[in-house]
Amino acid sequence: MPNDHIVTSYDKELENLRSSIARMGGLAETQIAGAVDALFKRSAERAQQVVEADKALDDLEIAIEKDAISILARRQPMATDLREIVSALKMSSILERIGDYSKNIAKRVTAINETDNFRIVRTVGDMAHLVQKMLKDVLDAYIDQDAVKAMDVWERDAPVDELYNSLFRELLTYMMEDARSITPCTHLLFAAKNVERMGDHVTNLAEIVFYLVNGEILEDTRPKGDRTSFTVLRPSED
Amino acid sequence: MTEAQVEMKTRMDNEANNVKFSTRGVHVFYGDKEALKGVDLDINNNEVTALIGPSGCGKSTYLRCLNRMNDTVDSARVTGSILLDGADVYDRKVDVVQLRARVGMVFQKPNPFPKSIYDNIVYGPRIHGLASTKTEFDEIVETSLKKAGLWNEVKDRLDSGGTSLSGGQQQRLCIARAIAVSPEVILMDEPCSALDPIATARVEELIDELRENYAIVIVTHSMQQAARVSQRTAFFHIGEIVEHGNTEQIFTNPREERTRDYITGRFG
Repeated sequence: MPNDHIVTSYDKELENLRSSIARMGGLAETQIAGAVDALFKRSAERAQQVVEADKALDDLEIAIEKDAISILARRQPMATDLREIVSALKMSSILERIGDYSKNIAKRVTAINETDNFRIVRTVGDMAHLVQKMLKDVLDAYIDQDAVKAMDVWERDAPVDELYNSLFRELLTYMMEDARSITPCTHLLFAAKNVERMGDHVTNLAEIVFYLVNGEILEDTRPKGDRTSFTVLRPSED
Repeated sequence: MTEAQVEMKTRMDNEANNVKFSTRGVHVFYGDKEALKGVDLDINNNEVTALIGPSGCGKSTYLRCLNRMNDTVDSARVTGSILLDGADVYDRKVDVVQLRARVGMVFQKPNPFPKSIYDNIVYGPRIHGLASTKTEFDEIVETSLKKAGLWNEVKDRLDSGGTSLSGGQQQRLCIARAIAVSPEVILMDEPCSALDPIATARVEELIDELRENYAIVIVTHSMQQAARVSQRTAFFHIGEIVEHGNTEQIFTNPREERTRDYITGRFG
């Protein structure tokens, strides 16, 4: 923001809101990394840490909501300020949701440890790393008020969807081959779906940053890359 | 939309809404001081146009050009074109009294005449010869007060003094008085600044209803009021229009930095 408000406390409140969002974003990133770490290390203990750390995200979301409502009530914000506050409200609830997905992946670690097919666990982890990087970049875009950067992140969800599509088919194949793999593979499938959803949420964050900077709602609908809703694999007859 | 598309759309909107006042290159001088430095603005029928800006920005000066209230200031000189339905308001043949009947005005402080409620309303119609019989005058009083949302509160005491009413009622009486001469445009110069929130809400609701039949121009210092009551907003600064357009756009996504700074409270 080039100019300060006449009322300095207003600037301080907006600054607090921005830094709370940045803090939440950082935590959400850490949670994704933690869930992947627990998957890779096959560590139930590490997973438990991730589950417990989710509370901090929930608390921050509530704090941001309270602050935003208070600013709306007291300042009647306009223009960029109004967009800033509406964006913070929406972003905090999305970041909280992203945190929930990480927590859910962490909860599945013990069940996923049943599989000895580590390659496919790695694929889910790689997918999550992609999303984590997207999240980091969209938060940078938010802090720098950079709509171009946000749009770049928006475009990057397609490879995540592609990974998910191929993983979906692969997991179905394993499950058809070996009934004992059904439990860990189903949990992996949910974990992969969680990552795919996180990717979608990151694109929503990118849209919010675009709105925040440009004041226009992005109405182009992103092509949906997740085709698994229509995927059917039939067991070979032998 | 591209800039060309926006311009095209604005032009088409203007034609569809039919422009009531078309003003171009309006300059106002008070002696040597240039208070308005070439203002271009259209006022549309059935719309509320809000003029906002810091004190001394020229918004009231502009408003007062529309019904030649600036004529009453000796040192004031107005140039540029101000067309009401295509006819020059500053043409020498224009009868200023007639003009002010077509373009009514409501001021910041309620200023009812020190006469009865009834006489406040019939004063205008009487001097303009809009009615002759008692029945006709009664009818004008009733419809004007009804349109101003005041009828039910005063119908049993039309003979009491206009100044005996509360501030909010007095302001609605002034609006009723402006309506009584069947104007086409109503100019309001901070009509709610002396009113409490309830009276303000009543007047704002009234403005919204009046929009059905009139073109309304309102000068206000309350950004929230401009956002609530108007369809179009023009932001004045140091005698110029910095930006004007759709009210929603001005208050959510102003294009000019000066507009943003003003409406968000960043003006240094």
